[in-house]
Amino acid sequence: MASALPLGEPAPLDGLLPPSAADGAPDRAFGVYVHVPFCRVRCGYCDFNTYTAGELRGARQVDYADHAIGEIRISRGVLEASGVPARRADTVFFGGGTPTLLPADDLVRMLAAVRDEFGLAPDAEVTTEANPDSVGPDDLRRLADGGFTRVSFGMQSAVPHVLAALDRTHDPDRIPFVVGWARDAGLDVSLDLIYGTPGESLADWRRSVEAVVAHRPDHVSAYALIVEDGTSLARRIRRGELAEPSDDLEADMYELADELLGAAGYEWYEVSNWATDAAHRSRHNLGYWRGDDWWGVGPGAHSHVGGVRWWNAKHPAAYAERVTAGLSPAVGRERLDDPTRETERVLLLTRIRDGIEIPSLHVGGRHAVAGLIADDLVDAKAALAGVLTLTRRGRLLADAVVRRLLEE
Amino acid sequence: MSPRAANPPVPAATDPALIRNFCIIAHIDHGKSTLADRMLGITGVVSDRDMRAQYLDRMDIERERGITIKSQAVRMPWQVGDTSYALNMIDTPGHVDFSYEVSRSLAACEGAILLVDAAQGIEAQTLANLYLALENDLEIIPVLNKIDLPAAEPEKYAKELADLIGGSPDDVMRVSGKTGIGVEELLDRVVERIPAPVGRADAPARAMIFDSVYDSYRGVVTYVRMVDGHLNPRERIQMMSTRATHEILEIGVSAPEPTPTKGLGVGEVGYLITGVKDVRQSKVGDTVTTAAKSATEALPGYTEPLPMVFSGLYPIDGSDYPELREALDKLKLSDAALVYEPETSVALGFGFRAGFLGLLHLEIVTERLRREFGLDIIATAPSVVYEVTTEDKKSVTVTNPSEFPTGAKISEVREPMVRAAILAPKDYVGTIMELCQSRRGTMLGMEYLGEDRVEIRYNMPLGEIVFDFFDQLKSKTAGYASLDYEPTGDQAADLVKVDILLQGEQVDAFSAIVHRDKAYAYGVLMTGRLRELIPRQQFEVPIQAAIGARIIARESIRAMRKDVLAKCYGGDITRKRKLLEKQKEGKKRMKMVGRVEVPQEAFIAALSGDTEKKDAKK
Repeated sequence: MASALPLGEPAPLDGLLPPSAADGAPDRAFGVYVHVPFCRVRCGYCDFNTYTAGELRGARQVDYADHAIGEIRISRGVLEASGVPARRADTVFFGGGTPTLLPADDLVRMLAAVRDEFGLAPDAEVTTEANPDSVGPDDLRRLADGGFTRVSFGMQSAVPHVLAALDRTHDPDRIPFVVGWARDAGLDVSLDLIYGTPGESLADWRRSVEAVVAHRPDHVSAYALIVEDGTSLARRIRRGELAEPSDDLEADMYELADELLGAAGYEWYEVSNWATDAAHRSRHNLGYWRGDDWWGVGPGAHSHVGGVRWWNAKHPAAYAERVTAGLSPAVGRERLDDPTRETERVLLLTRIRDGIEIPSLHVGGRHAVAGLIADDLVDAKAALAGVLTLTRRGRLLADAVVRRLLEE
Repeated sequence: MSPRAANPPVPAATDPALIRNFCIIAHIDHGKSTLADRMLGITGVVSDRDMRAQYLDRMDIERERGITIKSQAVRMPWQVGDTSYALNMIDTPGHVDFSYEVSRSLAACEGAILLVDAAQGIEAQTLANLYLALENDLEIIPVLNKIDLPAAEPEKYAKELADLIGGSPDDVMRVSGKTGIGVEELLDRVVERIPAPVGRADAPARAMIFDSVYDSYRGVVTYVRMVDGHLNPRERIQMMSTRATHEILEIGVSAPEPTPTKGLGVGEVGYLITGVKDVRQSKVGDTVTTAAKSATEALPGYTEPLPMVFSGLYPIDGSDYPELREALDKLKLSDAALVYEPETSVALGFGFRAGFLGLLHLEIVTERLRREFGLDIIATAPSVVYEVTTEDKKSVTVTNPSEFPTGAKISEVREPMVRAAILAPKDYVGTIMELCQSRRGTMLGMEYLGEDRVEIRYNMPLGEIVFDFFDQLKSKTAGYASLDYEPTGDQAADLVKVDILLQGEQVDAFSAIVHRDKAYAYGVLMTGRLRELIPRQQFEVPIQAAIGARIIARESIRAMRKDVLAKCYGGDITRKRKLLEKQKEGKKRMKMVGRVEVPQEAFIAALSGDTEKKDAKK
């Protein structure tokens, strides 16, 4: 029903981290991710850890905030007992699922628990994802009053037949309203788009990007549709009911989006993300790409602290059981050794515009740079200044660039 | 009903008049091994407890495929009236690839049981071996097997056999190896009809080697048929082809386990062990004599085994190369016909060019490498031996397309020819003729065997046969056709070498020598296959087929434009890293052709014609 958790070693019942996790912690930003695993309907392309009412096996949506708050309380204890110095949360991000399926008050309560346990940095970025059809002006105001600073709407497309193919139920005409309400509440706004949906033409895509630009969000994410195994989308493609997305068309769509967004004043700062300026980049997400620390709260959520990554029990019922018993909900983890951390550092930093310091690469990676410049994958000017930053073509071939950088 | 022999003749002291040497000629599946097993049981040489299905076929592959690769000989006692006889049953390989070994086995006998499945009738290979047997003046005893089967049509096939070898259908015996019906009568018939061996007891010893088997404990076991004189334990013997001498460490008969004896006399069949470790020192067809009192004239019929089909053998994992070398060195000990030398390929790395007697031999060797040595290997498309003459009158023997002369102008290319005999139900004649004609065959004749089966004979280039002909024949005739072929010399033909180039770089494993009329088709086929199989690169990759500098077919793989996972957030990182590690691991199996990364599997799939589409995603 949802993508499987990775294979790792079992996490200890008390959730304690090895001492190495504390090394260098004060130099790393700290974020909190809160997963809200509920959706009214499951979209055909989605393999996220989310559940509709019928799939919950007794775990109740109304109790969820309390369970998540339980984990937030446990988390501080675990970090303390593991010797990780206390840090205020620089960012908090509510994702899902559909966080706004919960009452705004629940979201605010969970944020308050983060504030109680860790404290929030004065300029903390606090984001929630929202479905355009599950929020109204009052909800947005209550969120802003409760400390949220940013809302990310899953717009996906402005074209009805594309939304239908994605099983999205919202009315595209509602977008300008929800953006306006968020603005009125004082929230920063991000809009998400998906491209490469079966049946979506380049003209359809242009319409969606132009619509986004017209709504003037601070931030835009545009993701190529990933056909995940086990989704109904994958099954329909396999049965030949839907066309498989074409890499070439997706490349055209990406280039068009980058063109249109650039012309409208948005700068790319990560392969799939654009912002009006540096201040409106998603700091929470930058934390993932920079290898910072974060605690992931909720079923199936992943956390990372100082080279230890762990993940929670996936099903809300199993999760609730553990948290209610006062146990760490973590079920598996991996301790990243130095070469693995370096691999992750390269694969993540390569994706962002700030890039990777070329002298920090091992010798094979440094030797690959000239060839990457020659192949128009890496920006020559930045490289001469010692930073590896992808060109537009390089962003489309980022995984190939990473492989070349990691070649021995 | 014949009783088991009460006083079996003693080896080394058996009157030749009491010896009967015979073999069984049969097609795969016609029940030869089952009949042989039954004879071992009835004559009492193998107790029921020890009876193992198909006792004589030792190798797993043989047992699984129900075919005999290596022959052996078993001595069985049998009594007719008051006289006890020694019957030597010499097991012959059933396949045309081993026709030389078959001919030597036949030469060791005075008679043959022609065994035919009563539900299927005679097959092409059996016919071929029957011709060989008649050439060797063997007494033929026609027998229909599997008469217990509901589908058996003994009347029909008895008539077919009688038509073939003369005589009356009533002379055709009917047995069932499975139930034992008729087997005792058959043994009686062997004694009655097959002539006793004749030889000069006081002449210098001459024994013909009809098989030579490597045993990891005992070294080479040499199977011989005594013609003249006597061989004794501890005696020094000489191989007449090489003049090499060895001491007999053990001499004996198979009954069917090796049983040492006081020697072997005229007409007897048995084995010698001298401690040599390589079957090449004990060659099939060679004559064994004694060092002290050497014969002056070798027995006729000896020839060196000649490889007819060549193929490159490569380990799929390049680091297995030393293991492959070791495995071939070991196989060579038991396979005198296997030849090989190191070879390097751009596409496939380090491997060996190996020569085989035919396609089945190739298949058996690759299968043994996989099974007995656990090696993962790929065999390149089989090639035959071409004689190429250039305009400056130089002649080159080409066993690998890469040896095809490129600099000088070619004045002539000669290719090996075979006479192919195909046996099939008459309904398929049209289809078969079409196939043979498309493979440059010239029809030699056609004959009805019985009412509904036909033998069609063609003169064909061997190169056409090794290229997938048998598979085509089987699939076009619902599996009914059988094929036999024998070399008949060579012919000049308009042959060219077609090269396949990836981004201008030649991929040696795909070069092929083909008839000029088929060069274009080959080029289109291979470029098309590679286009499907090679993943897109960061740049466009042209794929071309060329004769010399002339491009005859062209395809291209468009540049890959997108290779990035769109989303990579907290919960995706582990998965993303694992994917990257998998790709890195995969890259180790990539072969570089110039700048083009080609998965080894793509080469293998292109060579085997298994063109499942490349996995574009991931």
